[in-house]
Amino acid sequence: MKIKEVVELLNAKVVSGQALLDAEVEYCFASDLMSDVLTVETDNLLLLTGLANLQTIRTSEMSDISKIIFVRKKKATDEMIRLAAENEMILIECDYSMFKTSGILYKSGLKPVY
Amino acid sequence: MMHFEFHVEGGNFTKAGAASSQLKKILKQLNVDPKIIKRIVVALYEAEVNVVAHAFQGDIFIDIDTEKIGIKLVDQGPGIADIELAMQKGYSTASSSVREMGFGAGMGLPNIKNNSDELKITSEVNVGTTVEFVTYLNQ
Repeated sequence: MKIKEVVELLNAKVVSGQALLDAEVEYCFASDLMSDVLTVETDNLLLLTGLANLQTIRTSEMSDISKIIFVRKKKATDEMIRLAAENEMILIECDYSMFKTSGILYKSGLKPVY
Repeated sequence: MMHFEFHVEGGNFTKAGAASSQLKKILKQLNVDPKIIKRIVVALYEAEVNVVAHAFQGDIFIDIDTEKIGIKLVDQGPGIADIELAMQKGYSTASSSVREMGFGAGMGLPNIKNNSDELKITSEVNVGTTVEFVTYLNQ
């Protein structure tokens, strides 16, 4: 699935990294705990999280994750957007809960990592 | 043989990960396999977050040769009374502010172990902790 389809399905807003809208995504992982994100070995991962701070971006940088969706109306700060741009990431803000977001994406064919 | 050093400030979460980010750029320039880079920087990032979360300050020493990368973090802080217990998944003494940053679930040291080939931890209570790990580059 293309990221722009994900954005449409979730009625979400892209706040950084528009250039990645045509990128493909196959797997998704949902977590607020960054230590759990750091254990995932799957490549080309979409991260769903309700944790919106600088460590979300740092964790993604270390894990080679370039696509992040913030759920539960969490907003990316300017500093997060700056760090994300430096690392060529796309940041998306979504007003839905983690459960609803996961359900929509699962139903649409995104795969779990385990 | 290359050598790098970084300083880490305890308690400053806005800078946590800065050294790991620098190392990632260096390893990319050296054309290290991306899978190995990920192992190394995930381990260093967890260790860096540990220093920020628990210690007053620390220093990171990195040695890279053609076969392996050796990383040593030396911190001044409370130390670890029971290292075996600290290595158990789920055991943590992290504060609520550390948990708010998405860490502090007792996964850090086990994660470092999983992402390195050799790990050695020594600690003295009320003095500090030294974490050393080695990752081989050709696997």
